[in-house]
Amino acid sequence: MKEFLIILMSAILVDNFVLSKFMGICPFLGVSKKLDSALGMSTAVIFVMVLATAATWPISAFLLAPNDLSYLNTVAFILIIAALVQLVEIIMKKYLPALHKSLGVYLPLITTNCAVLGVTLLNIEEQYNFAQSIVHAFGAGLGFMLAMVLFSGVRSRLEGSNIPESFKGMPITLIAASIVSISFMGFSGIVENLFR
Amino acid sequence: MEKKSNLQVLLNGIIKENPTLVLILGTCPTLAVTTSAQNGIGMGIATLFVLTCSNFVISLLKRVISDKIRIPAYIVIIAGFVTVVQLLIQAFAPEIDKSLGVFLPLITVNCIVLGRAEMFASKNKISASVMDGIGMGIGFTLALFCMGTIREILGTGAYFGIQLIPQAIEPMAIFKLAPGGFFVFGILIACVNKFSKNKPAKKRNGCAGCPSAAACAKASEGGC
Repeated sequence: MKEFLIILMSAILVDNFVLSKFMGICPFLGVSKKLDSALGMSTAVIFVMVLATAATWPISAFLLAPNDLSYLNTVAFILIIAALVQLVEIIMKKYLPALHKSLGVYLPLITTNCAVLGVTLLNIEEQYNFAQSIVHAFGAGLGFMLAMVLFSGVRSRLEGSNIPESFKGMPITLIAASIVSISFMGFSGIVENLFR
Repeated sequence: MEKKSNLQVLLNGIIKENPTLVLILGTCPTLAVTTSAQNGIGMGIATLFVLTCSNFVISLLKRVISDKIRIPAYIVIIAGFVTVVQLLIQAFAPEIDKSLGVFLPLITVNCIVLGRAEMFASKNKISASVMDGIGMGIGFTLALFCMGTIREILGTGAYFGIQLIPQAIEPMAIFKLAPGGFFVFGILIACVNKFSKNKPAKKRNGCAGCPSAAACAKASEGGC
């Protein structure tokens, strides 16, 4: 149990996917303008991350690794993720139209979100077992959500402020992200001490 | 779109439409691997290779790939080349493989590669597509090299292993860490904005390059 908590907490706070591992920067910068779209996007990401891990881990462990095909991981995983996202979208549209309405627009974006492919590849690289992988994926998704929600607040403050001409748009957003990222550095070391 | 010569296409990618600093695509690898100039160049060249090859193949197959399944088809082509690059780097430059880590396979989902496939290679001739791949690749490499240089000198006081700033002065290690990446990238884009002020109004290229631009435009404006 403790081991799972450590993986979960370090994925959320210390090794935050967006702010310290630089994965999923595109949606982080693109969709974080409003709180509700930030929430929608990150819910969709958590959902797909856990599903993708549940689908890719067995394939890698039972199909690719025993046959010495580990070098096909990247190709296989991206195909699985693309198919999965499509499948989820179709199923959701049919059976959960309300959920599809709120998450639907974000789903196609997720195929090319490097956080999803990144988490599946990292699970293999870190040699997590199945349960650990799922927890890691869930933690990574929650960390993504935390960063998105925090940052959407920062951005709504930026909207009204007086910014120098050449810093308008992307540059000031990146600099704000840098400051948010500094605050996350304060968490380093917290997990080891919390569960000692 | 007016016809451009191959040379113009090549130069376009390097300066006028620099994928990283002007189009703002492929931000994840830009921020993650530029802790040193050497890493930046390694990542840039790997992407250059993938981009050129995938542009070539996609341009070659543009009549064969049906419109409905083009995105999965492009991704598979790109992932194939990424695997090739990964194996080559593991064999010949293992230390680069170590420092790039998971970002090497993540070239697959780099917006630049898919974006150029969708925006350029699927509509243009083979020779122009290859030139576009090379130009965009060089532009990406240059941007990464710039960022890597700034972060390495400020963050470690050394450059390619040569001590530039005397060791008595403590280097600003934060530039090597995550916040420094965001900060340097922000400042670089601001500089580019400053010096290209007389250019026509900014197009929303960041989104147009994205294969899911339609969905994205609904979700939000800007970004990819």
